[in-house]
Amino acid sequence: MNRTDKLLRVENLAVEFPAGNGGRVRAVAGVSFDLVRGEALGLVGESGCGKSSLARAIMQLPRPTSGTVALDGEKLTALDGEILRSLRPRFQMIFQNPAASLNPLRTIGRTIEAPLRTMGRHDAAERTRLAREMMVAVGLDPLQFYERRPSQLSGGQCQRVSIARALMTAPQLLVCDEPVSSLDVSIQAQIINLLREVQTTRGLSLLFISHDLAVVRHLCDRVAVMYLGKLCEIAPVGALFSAPHHPYSRALLAAIPRPDPKHRPAASDLLPGEPCSPMDSIEGCSFRARCARATEQCAVHQPELREIGAGHRVACHHPV
Amino acid sequence: MDRKAGGVFWLAVAWLVLVAALAVSAAWWPLPAPDQIDWVRLTAKPGDGGHLLGTDSLGRDIAARLLFGARVSLFVGFLAPCIGLLAGGLLGILAGFYRGTFDALIVVIIDTLLALPRLVLLLVVAFVFGSSLFSLTLSLGIVIAPSVARIVRALTIRIAEREFILAARAAGASDAAIILREILPNVLMPMLVYMLVITALVIVAEGSLGFLGLSVASPMPSWGGMIAEGRDVLAEHPHVSMIPAAVMFLTVLAVNLLGDRMRGWLDVRESQL
Repeated sequence: MNRTDKLLRVENLAVEFPAGNGGRVRAVAGVSFDLVRGEALGLVGESGCGKSSLARAIMQLPRPTSGTVALDGEKLTALDGEILRSLRPRFQMIFQNPAASLNPLRTIGRTIEAPLRTMGRHDAAERTRLAREMMVAVGLDPLQFYERRPSQLSGGQCQRVSIARALMTAPQLLVCDEPVSSLDVSIQAQIINLLREVQTTRGLSLLFISHDLAVVRHLCDRVAVMYLGKLCEIAPVGALFSAPHHPYSRALLAAIPRPDPKHRPAASDLLPGEPCSPMDSIEGCSFRARCARATEQCAVHQPELREIGAGHRVACHHPV
Repeated sequence: MDRKAGGVFWLAVAWLVLVAALAVSAAWWPLPAPDQIDWVRLTAKPGDGGHLLGTDSLGRDIAARLLFGARVSLFVGFLAPCIGLLAGGLLGILAGFYRGTFDALIVVIIDTLLALPRLVLLLVVAFVFGSSLFSLTLSLGIVIAPSVARIVRALTIRIAEREFILAARAAGASDAAIILREILPNVLMPMLVYMLVITALVIVAEGSLGFLGLSVASPMPSWGGMIAEGRDVLAEHPHVSMIPAAVMFLTVLAVNLLGDRMRGWLDVRESQL
């Protein structure tokens, strides 16, 4: 795999927020990974583990505290504001809350063409034509929906509008921050299939954030598991789902509901306690307090990601 | 939305249209000039000697003065909220959008101005700029601005955290484009309704200022001034005060009814989100 195959390189990314009492919350604490062109990478982890902060840091919304994000060799983290703005069309984002991600006063058609207007591309008539074309591509009838407003749309339709808007700039990277978690299950499937379709037809790279492992398994090529601001395991979907090596990944997989009322996850797979607060600075492994395999070593040394199989890396001193 | 509007709403609209039309056409009616004194008919009753609504204690035609006074009330009632909206809205949006030190400074200024008694503020502005229609409008605008700024700031903060702002940023929109295209329209809608409430307050405020001699200077007629001038003869000739008071009352009521109805429409829109 040569260097140009890597569309996105994230190195040592950290995001900190000031906390009320003068302390700082480390939402993302040194994350590194690559994303290959045309690949879909799933990012999973429980609520509050820093998934959304990581996504926004990659989007430079706001810029991360430290670390680098490079898209196609351009270090986004080092660019000044104006140049960054001119590159923004190349990486787009879809948000969790479908209704809140659309301006309530603007018609659907205008919302979809807004990015072109921002970029100053094409004249008004051409923008309208392209927006209508994109609406067809995401499964919205332009005749019916072009003049509607977000309040007249369902959640799933709003999310289609979001996808259309993000695709208008012909991006290379699409960051999806839990795009289906607020939708009904049947609608979720439609949106996932739409994302899959646009990903393959347009050769997009996808960073897909979710806490729904089944969705990730269906859509993604690789999965990264995140816990308290750090990646603990990253592997091809098949490898991770068949043989998770990090104790946390294992617990996460064990918690997937199965369509079998008699099935109960084995007690040994369930995690005791709650994640620590990201405000505490933790020596060693941040997962050790909830880990059955923790030893002296885990309390002292922070485990780094290391390769244990083909493309399979895990940050654990005592992998399963 | 017309279907839901009741008869009272249309009466209110009709009254405001009538007042506005009369204010505009005031000079064309076959009435005595508003400052013309009829020496033989001081405080004439309505209908006396061709004075449709009578005369005031200086023998000036009340109907004519009402029409010209409507100009003052409508001018002040429309422009003062506009000045307040412009000044307060601009500061409120910038403070709410950029937050940080600038925001903290604006909030301190807003709180300080709101803590000052309004009347003192009005007196100061009137003292500095004199008592003309212009200074009256400006002073009322200045008094309105802090509360407008506070509301606009709160609205802006609420809107700025919505994801469509992030989406605009992600597409490469500049701060100016985000403020103008995404935030401003969403702030303006609720503010227009609030402005009608302010208009009603301003028309009443002009009335109160008339009593302090802080409204427009005599002999220029204003409703507030007319009510104030009738005070001395209130016991014997109540119509001198009561006619302009009734007209002001109806106008303020109409504006408030209009505002209530518009708020109803807005709430429906908001709840659909």
